[in-house]
Amino acid sequence: MLDIRNLHVNAAGHEILRGIDLTVNVGEVHAIMGPNGSGKSTLAQVLAGREDYEITAGEVLYEGKSLLAMAPEERAHEGIFLAFQYPVEIPGVSTTYFLRAAVNAVRKHRGLEELDAMDFLTVLRDKMRLVEMDQTLLNRPLNEGFSGGEKKRNEILQMAVLDPKLAILDETDSGLDIDALKIVASGVNGLRSPERAMIVITHYQRLLNYIVPDFVHVLVDGRIVKSGDRQLALELEQKGYGWIEEQVRGGQPVSS
Amino acid sequence: MTEATKDFYLANFAQFETEVAQNGQAWTQPLRKAAIRRFAELGFPTTRLEEWKYTNVAPITRIPFQHAKRTAQGLAAEVLGRATIPGLVSTQLVYVNGHFVPELSALHALPKGVEVSSLAQALATRPSGLEAHLARYAGFEEQAFVALNTAFMQDGAYVYVPRNCVVDVPIHLVFISLPRGEATVSHPRNLLVFEEGTQATVIESYIGLGHDVYLTNAVTECVIGQNAMVEHCRLEWESASAFHVATLQIQQARSSNFVSHAIAAGGVLARHDINVVLDGEGGENTLNGLFMATDQQHIDNHTRIDHVRPHCTSRELYKGILDGKGRGVFNGKIVVHKDAQQTDAMQTNKNLLLSQDASIDTKPQLEIFNNDVKCSHGSTIGRLEENSLFYLRTRGLEEADARRLLTYAFASELVNRVTVEALRTTLNDRVLTWLPQSQRVEEA
Repeated sequence: MLDIRNLHVNAAGHEILRGIDLTVNVGEVHAIMGPNGSGKSTLAQVLAGREDYEITAGEVLYEGKSLLAMAPEERAHEGIFLAFQYPVEIPGVSTTYFLRAAVNAVRKHRGLEELDAMDFLTVLRDKMRLVEMDQTLLNRPLNEGFSGGEKKRNEILQMAVLDPKLAILDETDSGLDIDALKIVASGVNGLRSPERAMIVITHYQRLLNYIVPDFVHVLVDGRIVKSGDRQLALELEQKGYGWIEEQVRGGQPVSS
Repeated sequence: MTEATKDFYLANFAQFETEVAQNGQAWTQPLRKAAIRRFAELGFPTTRLEEWKYTNVAPITRIPFQHAKRTAQGLAAEVLGRATIPGLVSTQLVYVNGHFVPELSALHALPKGVEVSSLAQALATRPSGLEAHLARYAGFEEQAFVALNTAFMQDGAYVYVPRNCVVDVPIHLVFISLPRGEATVSHPRNLLVFEEGTQATVIESYIGLGHDVYLTNAVTECVIGQNAMVEHCRLEWESASAFHVATLQIQQARSSNFVSHAIAAGGVLARHDINVVLDGEGGENTLNGLFMATDQQHIDNHTRIDHVRPHCTSRELYKGILDGKGRGVFNGKIVVHKDAQQTDAMQTNKNLLLSQDASIDTKPQLEIFNNDVKCSHGSTIGRLEENSLFYLRTRGLEEADARRLLTYAFASELVNRVTVEALRTTLNDRVLTWLPQSQRVEEA
């Protein structure tokens, strides 16, 4: 479904991603872990279509098509969703209005009829149970004054209503207490399906206790330096990132 | 050039004066003469004047605007309804090219003692409230356009609400400009008097139907008695080639409350002055403003709030949206006088630039002559947030739609402050219609 080949990305003249190779198949959940500044969020933003980055080499194929040439909205139409680490507050636009505009933009592209306000509310109510989101939040301006947990739940709610094929979760656990984390994780788990792939980006393994990945990759200095299964995440939790970083910077092949 | 135009207005005045004398308004002549004399001294303002630094009225002085005559041209009530505020239940006074049109106007059952009439009629019948207040607040010593209006005022509205009277239904003054065949000027003049303990809402709409060149030079004086609560909405949606200059002068007595919503999106050159004098203890004043300019439009907003007495509060929020080659000006002055201790004043101006060629000059000013005050002011100029745009686009919204949504969101804060529902709906629609279409959106 997603094939990242030798991806090199610069931001403001600095090379942030230095040759990423990653293949994600439909139905799989991949975790990408790494220390701060390793390039995790850059990868997420580049996949979603952020234009501030310069792609210097490599390519990304999504369902066989070149992803990097597509505008962010085209990627959304094609089924890519990014749950933001810092969801944006938009005063003056109610959450419901925004969600319906988004759903209808995607439906229009897929050749489906647009949903009217009543039909949309029915869909929305159903999805809200998934993330235990309060009804009153829907009438409030998008993310304005939402707590950290409410914002993240809102991201997962958006993911649920937009029904993507590939969901990228960028540090969805950051700033969440354990209760909020559990709710968000159970929302995500409710959306796991053989038809959907997910990339879960996180600094901490804690999230992976709740969203159990099929594969774990470690990103250091813009490269995936180690891949494995869930055990790798547990190992990182025990030993931290230091040993891997030392090996990478010392030019040694990474081994545990 | 300016001298020639000035002479043109002076010559017109000589002729106008004889008409006035025949209309039974001879009593207004000393006032008119004083005003035209002052205009002759002042001439039209130039950009050398601090208050006109960013707005060049030379295009107005180049055109010999004729006095707008009463036209026979009809205006269907349905057309009028659609062009103004659909669904609004109001006491409505309609003016076409500056002249009152009774057939299109409708007086709702007004509470006893409330007077609502055309100014022309009031000038003829001379009710006591009129003479006590007319031209007592909107000074023409320094304001050339106010001087011109005072000299040439002919029609407009006279509203008088007696003590403790509550007027539930909004009073809507509609100034419609229809194509006139030649460049003409009208000088609408309104006097709104609210006695102690009254409550009322007044809406002024200035709307152009057509594309011709004309000048509206309006002055409204609003006198608010002790404990009175008045909401005032001003909708300026003149034709694209029109000139609009206006002053709204507010005089507030003790513990009165005044809220203004000033929405401006019309005219090729528009200048709006709002002056507030908080002349009694405990007065509260709120100025909300939204202006939107595109193409070659120039929209200038000047507000001045004088805190003359202690314990008064003023809150001001103006937002500007500039697109195309549109140019905006915000100049907000708050003056806290020597005796106005415990003044609480807050002023904010936020501007959104949607294109490379759009611009805004913003100048918040505080002049404080008392130490015991709480005052703040600030202004911002920005473009649409890249991060917000990206967020919306990742949710599937086309870039143009994302821009429209964010721009709409910026404006909606002010639209939502309007309490008259039909007006709020109209404004909402007008903002949505105004928003840049995709082909006009340039990369910011």
